[in-house]
Amino acid sequence: MDNRQKEINNLKDYKYGFSTEIENIQAPKGLNEDVIKFISNIKKEPAWMLEFRLKAFERFKVLKEPDWQKPKFPKIDYQDLYYYSAPKSMKDKPKSLDELDPKLLETYKKLGIPLQEQARLNGIAVDAVFDSVSVATTFKDELTKQGIIFCPISEAIQNHPELVKKYLGSVIPTSDHFFATLNSAVFTDGSFVYIPEGVRCPMELSTYFRINASNTGQFERTLIIADKGSYVSYLEGCTAPMRDENQLHAANVELIALDDAEIKYSTVQNWYPGDQDGKGGIYNFVTKRGLCKGKNSKISWTQVETGSAITWKYPSCILKGDNSVGEFYSIAITNNHQKADTGTKMIHLGKNTKSKIISKGISAGSSDMTYRGLVDISSKAKNSTNYTQCDSLLMGNKCGAHTVPYIKNKNSESNIAHEATTSKISEEQLHYCQQRGLNPEEAVGLIVNGFCKEVLQQLPMEFAVEAQKLVGISLEGSVG
Amino acid sequence: MKEQLQKDFYNSIKNLSLSQKDIEIKKFCLDNFIDKGFPNKKEEDWKFSDLNQIIKNNIGELSFYNDQAFTNKVDTSVFVDGLEHNKIVFINGRIEKIDFEYENKDQIEIIDQSETINEFKNSNSLSDLNNAFTNKCFKILVKKGYQLAKPLIIYHTTNSKIWSKNINLRLNFELDKDSSLRLIDLFNDASEKNFLNIFYNFELKENAVLKNYKVDKFENKNIKYSFNNIDQDKNSISETFILFSGSNFSKNEINCNLNGVYASAFVNGVFSLNSDKHHEIRSIINHLTENTKSYQLIKSVLEQSSKAVYQGKIFVNSDAQKTDGYQLSKAILLNKESEFNAKPELEIYADDVKCSHGSASGSLNEDSIFYLMSRGLSYQQSRELLINGFLLDVVEKITDSEIKNLIKNMIGIKE
Repeated sequence: MDNRQKEINNLKDYKYGFSTEIENIQAPKGLNEDVIKFISNIKKEPAWMLEFRLKAFERFKVLKEPDWQKPKFPKIDYQDLYYYSAPKSMKDKPKSLDELDPKLLETYKKLGIPLQEQARLNGIAVDAVFDSVSVATTFKDELTKQGIIFCPISEAIQNHPELVKKYLGSVIPTSDHFFATLNSAVFTDGSFVYIPEGVRCPMELSTYFRINASNTGQFERTLIIADKGSYVSYLEGCTAPMRDENQLHAANVELIALDDAEIKYSTVQNWYPGDQDGKGGIYNFVTKRGLCKGKNSKISWTQVETGSAITWKYPSCILKGDNSVGEFYSIAITNNHQKADTGTKMIHLGKNTKSKIISKGISAGSSDMTYRGLVDISSKAKNSTNYTQCDSLLMGNKCGAHTVPYIKNKNSESNIAHEATTSKISEEQLHYCQQRGLNPEEAVGLIVNGFCKEVLQQLPMEFAVEAQKLVGISLEGSVG
Repeated sequence: MKEQLQKDFYNSIKNLSLSQKDIEIKKFCLDNFIDKGFPNKKEEDWKFSDLNQIIKNNIGELSFYNDQAFTNKVDTSVFVDGLEHNKIVFINGRIEKIDFEYENKDQIEIIDQSETINEFKNSNSLSDLNNAFTNKCFKILVKKGYQLAKPLIIYHTTNSKIWSKNINLRLNFELDKDSSLRLIDLFNDASEKNFLNIFYNFELKENAVLKNYKVDKFENKNIKYSFNNIDQDKNSISETFILFSGSNFSKNEINCNLNGVYASAFVNGVFSLNSDKHHEIRSIINHLTENTKSYQLIKSVLEQSSKAVYQGKIFVNSDAQKTDGYQLSKAILLNKESEFNAKPELEIYADDVKCSHGSASGSLNEDSIFYLMSRGLSYQQSRELLINGFLLDVVEKITDSEIKNLIKNMIGIKE
């Protein structure tokens, strides 16, 4: 058995499926004003934050759960969830990593996320979120030197209220859709990033999300602000233990790019996808939205979606500033009984705005995959262009692949081009690879990686390698 | 609207000799419609065209009753010259004439099917309205092996004597094994502000060939909705060509079920719109068995504040291996107020398929205009030449050369 095969065998099962025995503090089960006050209180939030939450909750009460999506799921009982869960040892926040619960450190070590100083060789600043709270942020000093703020959002609310107050909810308002509003009411933690004017962030910033406690929803909130002329590349990774019941993850991510700023946001999502019969797994209902507020700004989303029982998200760009650019690169892979309904929205408001969408969907087993996207060029967005390409690859005849693009052009000086194809791996390609000594699974891995190449090369180097492996692993057992 | 509907409904069934059961079925359809109302933008299929609002803004209150005892004089001046053809003439929603003068009468059967109610998949509340108010419905059966010598033209005309604001029509066609039919729908409206609601049902048996051309090019202020349901058996071919530019609003829906192997469907459409017209094509091609094929090409040229919508869906069932589906929609926006919306959709459950779609919209290519002008054409001439070429592409897809020439003449496309 060669090395690759060994590696694949090691990884064949969901290797992040362990759970950590840690004492937790939880809010009482259910969703009501008291729980929201509890969350706000335990985080020692100022009054305006509680008001923000309660306003969202008022709105949430009148909203209905949407049902237009392709993957249907059993009704979620929102009263049967814990909205706050934190490791007990975090109650009084440790001042340094040495005070961290060793069990937590071990968990992150198992996940391959180096939190300790000595392990920080790869030059990536990490913020780790465990259930509802951010447990550690690395490389803080170095970032502070440049004036970059990278900290848990709960800390930012305390220390930088003026920034949070100004931008929180400016892209995803409290009056948004069902899951976004739920998040606004009960969000617990997440990352906050502020890059000051003219600064190019010297390293990749990264957040690692982990759901541990059962019956908890994870509602994190990320806010990234890139001030004039700045640049930041941000990475997000996710895992969860294997559990029989479905768990809800409804995060909100807001990006704001001011004049000449650029934000690159990459996600490698590997939540527990449920077992082979589709039991358990995470419901990943995330709202991600970026606002190109200033002139010449740019927001680029890259996502590799391999996990979750149901993925339902549309990272979007609002191109408000003139000459702003929005990009969306996506690989979504579904296997067994996984379902995904994902895509993007590009809303062109400013002049000379450009957007590009490259989406690659791969479905295998009994899974179902939908690309749903919107390109909307408003009448003021002169000279705008959009290019969309969405390709789907089907493996086996029990899966489905669907494409639902909405294309609206209200401007005669703008151009939209959209292409989509659906196909399978051709016998010729497989034959060619096998003839040269690859086994069928390797051959499929090679072809699929080639199919995804355009997106994979958008990822930062370290993650591209990981993502490439992940692509291979996710499709295990779908051929032959 | 409810009282008006009920009043007009009782008036219209009074004049028809219907059995108690038929009246009950019609009543059931009416109640369904009253319950649902006109489609509005809350419904996914009507997202881009809110019919309820459009009717309100363009017509206002509708009325539904027409005295069908009254015969209209057939105005022969609307007939197409220079092409021998069979005729069906509708005036104000009433069938005035069915004339298959060029055909072998034994091979075509006209059956009165007024009592049957059609239920269509992928339909909407307008089918209930149609069922409730259609008073005569015929089925045209083309018998085994017969191929009509001349095309059939259906004239949809309205004149100033029309009573109601709404007209409902229904026709059923059955093409038996190895038969073929060329069908042209021509719209001639002399009335203002009416809502036409047309349902056709086609049943194509093995090897049957249907070619349906819909042409609406005379300026009018009417609102038109047309639904074609096509069921296709083994080896059958259907070709639908839609050219709409005259009405204020139109929506053409094609629901095509490819039930037999090697069946194929072609849908081609041209929109050439000005002022504030709003037209839509929605097609659903259901590939239900293996080795079926579909091809769609829709092109729009939009001037002033006109708006075109294309919603196309290719559905591939898990049994429909070796499907070949293709969809392309292109639009040229000539004015800053014109608008093009598209939703080209693929829903695929089989792996060995070849399906693709493309959609592009934008302005006239400046480089092409420059190229032509540098060779001595005026700006206007170059523009016309480019638009002509753009639309000609679709007209060239018409497989019947006689009808292709007729349509080219009608819309004044030069070669």
